[in-house]
Amino acid sequence: MRAYTPKDDVQAKAYYTDRFYVSPQVAKQDVSSDEVFAADLEAIKAKFEVLEAYIQVEQMVVYINAKDNVDVIKLVKEELDYTQLSEMSAIDWIAKSGQFEIFYQMLSMGKRKRIRIKCFIGKDEAINSVEKLFRSADWSEREMYDMFGIEVNNHPFLKRILMPYDWEGYPLLKTYPLEGDEFAAWYEVDKIYGKEARDIIGPEIRDTARVDRYDSERFGRLGHEVPKGTKITGNEPKTPLAYQEEGGVFMIDRFDEEKSVIITDRNR
Amino acid sequence: MAQHKVNYTQNAGLPVALTTIDKVVNWGRSNSIWALTYGLACCGIEMMASGASRYDFDRYGTIFRASPRQADVMIVAGTLTKKHAEFIKRLYDQMTEPRWVISMGSCANTGGMFNTYATVQGVDRIIPVDLYLPGCAPRPETLQYGVMLLQKKIRAEKAIKSQKTKRLM
Repeated sequence: MRAYTPKDDVQAKAYYTDRFYVSPQVAKQDVSSDEVFAADLEAIKAKFEVLEAYIQVEQMVVYINAKDNVDVIKLVKEELDYTQLSEMSAIDWIAKSGQFEIFYQMLSMGKRKRIRIKCFIGKDEAINSVEKLFRSADWSEREMYDMFGIEVNNHPFLKRILMPYDWEGYPLLKTYPLEGDEFAAWYEVDKIYGKEARDIIGPEIRDTARVDRYDSERFGRLGHEVPKGTKITGNEPKTPLAYQEEGGVFMIDRFDEEKSVIITDRNR
Repeated sequence: MAQHKVNYTQNAGLPVALTTIDKVVNWGRSNSIWALTYGLACCGIEMMASGASRYDFDRYGTIFRASPRQADVMIVAGTLTKKHAEFIKRLYDQMTEPRWVISMGSCANTGGMFNTYATVQGVDRIIPVDLYLPGCAPRPETLQYGVMLLQKKIRAEKAIKSQKTKRLM
């Protein structure tokens, strides 16, 4: 049976808290178990240093040195027929080893195989751009820069792509809080109204479990509506359902719930 | 030539209806609420459905306009990101007064499920909101009811006085 966890404050608390959690790995196979991958790995090993290689979930993972990344991907693209770069980004391992892991997910339509080229760079190091080989790397590298702050050498237009240009901080870093730092919390207020408006507008309400039944400022209380700002006693009379005001409107008949007909027979 | 049938036995024998200027102006305003096309996320789909033939917003005189200068009401339908916040303020400022804002759906009301760094936690942090519609996403019926409530609000206003400028601060 599953262990019981109290669910009273399940909405108030974050569902998942350990941001440095590392999920368990699927079993790895040796590269020699697949002859296509074994031949590919030999071709890479002939020219470049391979730190580690294995097969996981029917895909070969190859670790190389970060300085070789453009040359390895050029070799893999032009000689080994992996003609598509389907995805690339980075993984933040700074808390563990002070490094970023950068991965390139490649697809060969001819061989019907996928391989993943991986390399590590230090926290303040830059990586060389593969944009000249794959145009798809253009936006991916911009996203990597935007989310992790990893700078990319020889990129034609290295600028933030998802976040605003004047944003501070890199949101996909493990150390970045999900609900944003102080800059993020006040970003739109500072930008539109200026810092002096912070006191008037007030901080963001981040508690998703917060329910204020007597809040007449933000939500009309359906069926018990009161004008904005009214002091709520809790004994407000119920307002009947009405689509128009009493007395009707000039030239328009008022909707009357009593006189209306509810059609239940669809085929009448 | 058209023949106008006037019943002289009704309305004290006069083909005239008496009313106040307020009522006439509010009648015009409340029955031609032109909405700014502002679909930001999935609520925009429901907003489009409200405008299409099944729910037929044209019956209320609500016609979607692509320009803020022709719109009376801004229906903020969807998640407002922090990157987009300055543009919603700019578009709101371009609307001519009197102007109203409907905040449609959880995301526009409070940020909804996006309790993250990139989402504005309620569009009322940026612009003053007249009406909040709950739901994720609200059904077209909810939006229609919301527009009818807004009509009610408009009819209760003093039309000949200039509208008190709504400001967030």
